[in-house]
Amino acid sequence: MTGQGRDPAFLAVRDLTKRFGGLTAVSEATFDVREGSITGLIGPNGAGKTTLFAMIAGFEQPSAGLVLLDGEEITGRKPHDLAKLGLARTFQIVQPFAGLSVRENIAVGAFLRLPKRRDALALAEQVGQRLGLGPQLDKPAAALTVAGRKRLEVARALATRPRILLLDEVLAGLNPSELRDFLPVLQDIRAGGVTILMIEHVMQAVMSLCEHVHVLAGGRIIASGEAAEVVRNPAVIEAYLGPGAAQRLAAHA
Amino acid sequence: MTARETLPILGFLIGAVLVSLFVTSNVVLNFLVFTLILAIAAQGWNLLGGYGGQYSFGHAAFFGMGAYVSAILQQRFGVNAYPAVAFGIAAAAVLGYAIGAMVFRAGLRGSYFALVTLAFAEVLRILANATEITGGAAGLLISLNLGAGNLQFADRSSFLILGAVLLALAMLITLALEKSRLGAQLVAVRENESAAAALGVDILAVKLRAISLSAALTGAAGALYAQYFLYIDSNIAFGTWISVEALLAPIIGGAGTVFGPLIGALILQGLSEGTKLLIGKIPGLDLIIFGVLLILVVRFPLHRIPGLLAARWRGKGAP
Amino acid sequence: MGYPPEILLEAVANGLLMGAVYGLVALGLTLVYGVLHIINFAHGALLTLAMYAAYVAHGAFGLDPYAAMVPLAGLFFVLGYLVQRLVIGPASRGDDSNMLLVTLGLSIIIENAMLAIFRSDTMTLRLPYAMSMVEMGDVLLSLPRLIGFGVTLLVALLLFVLMTRTDTGRAIRAVAKERTGAALVGIDVAHIYAVTFGIGTACLAIAACLLLPSFYVSPRVGNAFVLVAFTIVVLGGMGSVTGALLGGLFIGVVESLSGLYFGDSLGQIGIFLIFILVLLLRPTGLFGARA
Ligand SMILES: Nc1ncnc2c1ncn2[C@@H]1O[C@H](COP(=O)(O)OP(=O)(O)OP(=O)(O)O)[C@@H](O)[C@H]1O
Ligand SMILES: [Mg+2]
Repeated sequence: MTGQGRDPAFLAVRDLTKRFGGLTAVSEATFDVREGSITGLIGPNGAGKTTLFAMIAGFEQPSAGLVLLDGEEITGRKPHDLAKLGLARTFQIVQPFAGLSVRENIAVGAFLRLPKRRDALALAEQVGQRLGLGPQLDKPAAALTVAGRKRLEVARALATRPRILLLDEVLAGLNPSELRDFLPVLQDIRAGGVTILMIEHVMQAVMSLCEHVHVLAGGRIIASGEAAEVVRNPAVIEAYLGPGAAQRLAAHA
Repeated sequence: MTARETLPILGFLIGAVLVSLFVTSNVVLNFLVFTLILAIAAQGWNLLGGYGGQYSFGHAAFFGMGAYVSAILQQRFGVNAYPAVAFGIAAAAVLGYAIGAMVFRAGLRGSYFALVTLAFAEVLRILANATEITGGAAGLLISLNLGAGNLQFADRSSFLILGAVLLALAMLITLALEKSRLGAQLVAVRENESAAAALGVDILAVKLRAISLSAALTGAAGALYAQYFLYIDSNIAFGTWISVEALLAPIIGGAGTVFGPLIGALILQGLSEGTKLLIGKIPGLDLIIFGVLLILVVRFPLHRIPGLLAARWRGKGAP
Repeated sequence: MGYPPEILLEAVANGLLMGAVYGLVALGLTLVYGVLHIINFAHGALLTLAMYAAYVAHGAFGLDPYAAMVPLAGLFFVLGYLVQRLVIGPASRGDDSNMLLVTLGLSIIIENAMLAIFRSDTMTLRLPYAMSMVEMGDVLLSLPRLIGFGVTLLVALLLFVLMTRTDTGRAIRAVAKERTGAALVGIDVAHIYAVTFGIGTACLAIAACLLLPSFYVSPRVGNAFVLVAFTIVVLGGMGSVTGALLGGLFIGVVESLSGLYFGDSLGQIGIFLIFILVLLLRPTGLFGARA
């Protein structure tokens, strides 16, 4: 299923490549994200996942390749234009507006579609509640915990009313109970009609959330498929655990 | 922006009118008018620097543009003072947009932005000093032609009211900005550009609007200066003094707040006159104190004081 | 417009000589930028201070500026060290706009202290050799400028040796490249910052002694130089030492030639326009090299 024909891809990435000088961070990455899905993007550290997101969201110019959103080519467009088109991203290294309150942070996102301050603040409040930031709404963003900042990243992006959300490791650094609270929130967002593409290392979350997973290693997509099936793929095991690991695991089994 | 939020500005205006009615000392009135001119220029800087985080070291460019265009139109082309001042403000805004278009498009930020704005102001100062239409090094006199129709008043208290009305207007504009989408986006740009871009903020467009508005306000201060003193030269209009004071006042009084520039201008001018009274007129002494104050404010940030004031009257919870 | 070739040649040669001293002023600025990553707005004011110091050394102790060079360099090294350690460092806490404001504050203080003490009159030392000329082939060169050129080269050489052959120099380069890494291997970053600032300020003291024989002093004299120095630093690439020296020579020639064609006051515009254009078009500098 490449998403062509009857079931066209909502987000289509074609041969996307990024070179930093001599280093090829992403190499001819090609994959699809279906509308209404939660799709995972996994891979070892330094695989090029964040770079791939940065290219899709317009923060880095690709060296080659195409990105299509709902059939329209969006390669290399400015981040703010993409946000208007309905593509929102979060940052792996959280980027709060440290001097503003949590409510004001979210309102910046809400202002994208709502010119009136009253409406933007109302949406900010609503999104903040939904993400469990209610009690912190009037605290400075700088005072949030790690988990709170991750939620704020998602809340701000969600307040732009996106059609697709790119989440970069929003579950990393959360403790088990925070994780348990957060998973339903993500499912709820998807249920609200937002497609999600998420980079994640927390395999438990990937297994329970994502119906489809792409694996990036060394800048290349080395496997795609259902989560349960992908983690058994020998190429994937080797990418994570090193050459020969798949055989060793098989020998043990 | 609600009626309640504009109350302090109204209070300021009423206070200014009362002062103009009861204070007769020319020294005091002069001090107040000058402080108001400074506060208006500083409010311009505050829009871009305080809310937008773009620290200009060259707001003299806009002050001088407002002053010179208004004065030249009156003096050389016989234009009435009101349209002349309006053109002066517009010219400053256009200059702000033009400088912004070049500088922000090139991606200059932080220290580079400060340096390049300083350079633009210096270029204008040298040009104004060397060309004929500006009166060159001798400067430019606006002919005395008293009358409200010419925006010239014999008594300083009328100027006090004029200055206070203009400053109140500038504060209303700032307050409206603070409560608007543009204001929220501008603050977002100040706090974190990439995060703002990810949320759909067109950074270049936001900065360009801010610098145009900022330049217009500082240009208005320049035009008012010319109208009050009826004389400008290149070192007054485009000199570094006004760039520095327009920056110092908001930083000392509270950058990114509506009343910060006025508070700062009052502190600066008060210190300046106070040292003259106490110690006598030693050139540069007041500026030495400003410099020390600037370092102290940076070292021990007391932004909470004006911040608290602002928080009190904007009500809890609202940004 | 056509000047005879000798005059042009002389303008170029004298521009080069002046440019070397500009380069020395810029050297201090670029060094501080390269290591501390701050744009030192007080650089011009510190140069003014150094020029007054040399002036006073002459007036009070009868010290010739050239003789005052070494002691003043030492004194200004200590001054720069203390200013960074006690004022700029603690006040700015590593924040870019704080540094900008603190160094601006310092420059306001120094400049106006000079104004309060010496008033705004311009002063010159009347030294017997101030107007001396040296004939080289067809061109006449100013002796003080020739000396300035030579001393600048010497200082650049000394700095090169310091940076490459001494432990302090290696520590400075390590901090410039990787501050956190340097701190991890036990380098005292605050100390190295202050040393670098001290070296930058010492360069200014030497430049002041080289300028004084042929230049006037006034409370704002440093401003003229510092904008030139900023231009040079931007031109040569922020943080690049060779860039500063080459940029200095280039700007010296540009200034000298544009002064010849447009007169002194408008000639300055050329420098500002170069500055603006370079920043807009090539913020990494013409000579590109990052030190
Ligand atoms: N701006 C840049 N300049 C040069 N190299 C870069 C740049 N950004 C990323 N890289 C390099 O590209 C490679 C991929 O980095 P990237 O951050 O995309 O990986 P990642 O898969 O997100 O890793 P992680 O799981 O650790 O977040 C790394 O080797 C990184 O050092
Ligand atoms: Mg990553």
